[in-house]
Amino acid sequence: MSAVTTASQHHRKAAIGAGASGALMLAPAVFVLLVWSVVPLVLTLWYSFQNYNLVDPTLHGFAGVNNYWYLLSDPDFLQSLLNTAILVIGVLVISVGGGTLLAVLYDQEFVGRGVARVLVISPFFVMPTVSALLWKNLMLHPIYGVYSWMMRAVGLTPIDWLQRFPMLTVMMIVAWEWLPFAVLILLTAVQSLDAEQKEAALLDGAGPVARFFHIVLPHLSRAIAVVVMIETIYLLTIFAEIMVTTAGGPGVASTNLAYLIYSRALLQFDVGGASAGGVIAIVIANIAAAFLVRAVARHLEV
Amino acid sequence: MATVELKNIRKTYTSEEIIKGVDLSIESKEFVVFVGPSGCGKSTLLRMIAGLEDISSGDLLIDGRRVNDLAPAERGLAMVFQSYALYPHMNVYQNMEFGLKLAKTPEAERREKILAVAQTLQLENYLKHKPGQLSGGQRQRVAIGRAIVRNPKVFLFDEPLSNLDASLRGQMRVELATLHRRLGATTIYVTHDQIEAMTMADKIVVLQKGIVEQVGSPLELYDHPRNLFVAKFIGSPPMNFLPGTVIAASEEQVRVRLASGQEIAVAAGSAQDLVGAGVTLGVRPEHIRLGDSVENRGSGQVELVEYLGSAAHLHVRMQDGALLVIQTEGGVGVHADDAVTFSFPAERCHLFNSEGVALHRRSSGRMAA
Repeated sequence: MSAVTTASQHHRKAAIGAGASGALMLAPAVFVLLVWSVVPLVLTLWYSFQNYNLVDPTLHGFAGVNNYWYLLSDPDFLQSLLNTAILVIGVLVISVGGGTLLAVLYDQEFVGRGVARVLVISPFFVMPTVSALLWKNLMLHPIYGVYSWMMRAVGLTPIDWLQRFPMLTVMMIVAWEWLPFAVLILLTAVQSLDAEQKEAALLDGAGPVARFFHIVLPHLSRAIAVVVMIETIYLLTIFAEIMVTTAGGPGVASTNLAYLIYSRALLQFDVGGASAGGVIAIVIANIAAAFLVRAVARHLEV
Repeated sequence: MATVELKNIRKTYTSEEIIKGVDLSIESKEFVVFVGPSGCGKSTLLRMIAGLEDISSGDLLIDGRRVNDLAPAERGLAMVFQSYALYPHMNVYQNMEFGLKLAKTPEAERREKILAVAQTLQLENYLKHKPGQLSGGQRQRVAIGRAIVRNPKVFLFDEPLSNLDASLRGQMRVELATLHRRLGATTIYVTHDQIEAMTMADKIVVLQKGIVEQVGSPLELYDHPRNLFVAKFIGSPPMNFLPGTVIAASEEQVRVRLASGQEIAVAAGSAQDLVGAGVTLGVRPEHIRLGDSVENRGSGQVELVEYLGSAAHLHVRMQDGALLVIQTEGGVGVHADDAVTFSFPAERCHLFNSEGVALHRRSSGRMAA
């Protein structure tokens, strides 16, 4: 016993001697990290195994895996997972695809290019709730919206987009917000392409299409990887646009995972169930992040 | 191979004329070098031939056919760029294959051609490497290989050696000259380095401010520069210039009095009407002879000696304050602050009138036009 104590004391002394100042320096950062990430994580994990409903205080105590079982067997949950995937992939396709084309277009010389560049970037600076409201009331409102007015002006009946195609509409709104980001990053990447490389391709007999696919696109691959990674992180947690436009409806037609957790916790007051959803969201985000980091790291090597 | 002909080629940007009417004809298999200071329009002219810049007016003929309106790829030329412009995401093999692929050359033929070129350029072991993994010299060779493999009618080089260090530049110069002799391709080469021009060219085109100052073989330009600009530009160290006045002229000789009062006889003719006019005497550092003499004597004080091993450059201040560079063989035992006398050989001196145009020289060698 005494031998063990002296050994551990000795060990501790050595550690303090070697890295005391370093540990001291690190302490504030480690503390902040703990408070900001580990505590909420642990609390979420804890609540996800508890019966915890704000409107029914009599029901409490350990719930086992009931919260998870209840959530995973709920068709709404599967719908929300599907919607999350549709939203992420749809917006990525639109913003990266459109962003690449716009970046190449805005790299060309044309009159008013400076103004056009500012305009194409500007949606990024509008906050999500505001842009969602703009689309909902100013553009797509079936009676007052600009779109509806345009449709009626040519004698057509306007579609109530948010009612008929809620997921597609939310996707369009989010893509409208994120397209500028993709354009911004990809435009700077396009501009860094060596002019002599383009000319060499020209002399090699490459037309505009061949130059785009063989010279421009490979040059953009790193930038595209970065855009995909950053956008995915944000798109997994889209909330404001759904909250403002459809409130996840009709039914759960436009509910994604983030909105589902919100509605469980603050509309149905089921903290336990919402926490279980949160834990699942963390798992999904980590799986996505692992894949992305790997893909991006490979691109960044070269 | 192919001939290239430029007829009154002009290039105008908005209001400024960059190329002011260039006439030039390039023979088949000829190695032509465009040389001039930066901003003289030599690269623009090359890019116009390549089709990367529009030709504002005039005709460009390749093999007698007007190609002004043809796309770069259809003109049958290949270009090596200053930055090499290799495709960074393709390996060496793919870099050379790209043009052939676009030209829809069959796979087997592509492979055969690329392997042959790779062997010529000693790139066989690097075919799977990306440009980023190669040294400057190797990248240069890949860029040349990419040009050769398409078997073009004309090769264009845009300052290809300026990114290499001095020793590699010398080595690549020899490789390029050897390659040209073996391939026998019509070549147009742009450089600002007169040594590259002198060593490689069959024909040098000296450009200044969009105008062709002189066209000729390296020795023609060296022996008979048409004007002050060419005289200054060709030769290293550059020619010495001394202001003077013509005091007498005959069919064979012109006598010039320098600012220092010395009288120099120059073997130049047809200057009778210049008696009394101001002229510039030009003499190359390597042509001034050290030692006393009766004719064309000069003297001064050595300010600095640059020893190059095989030669030395003496920087000599003459009595009237003019600075002269004299090239001597080996270290001749002259030191700074020594007084020296020297002579200007009459048949080696150049005379330029007040407009900077060279007077007709009477000496051996081919005459400039």
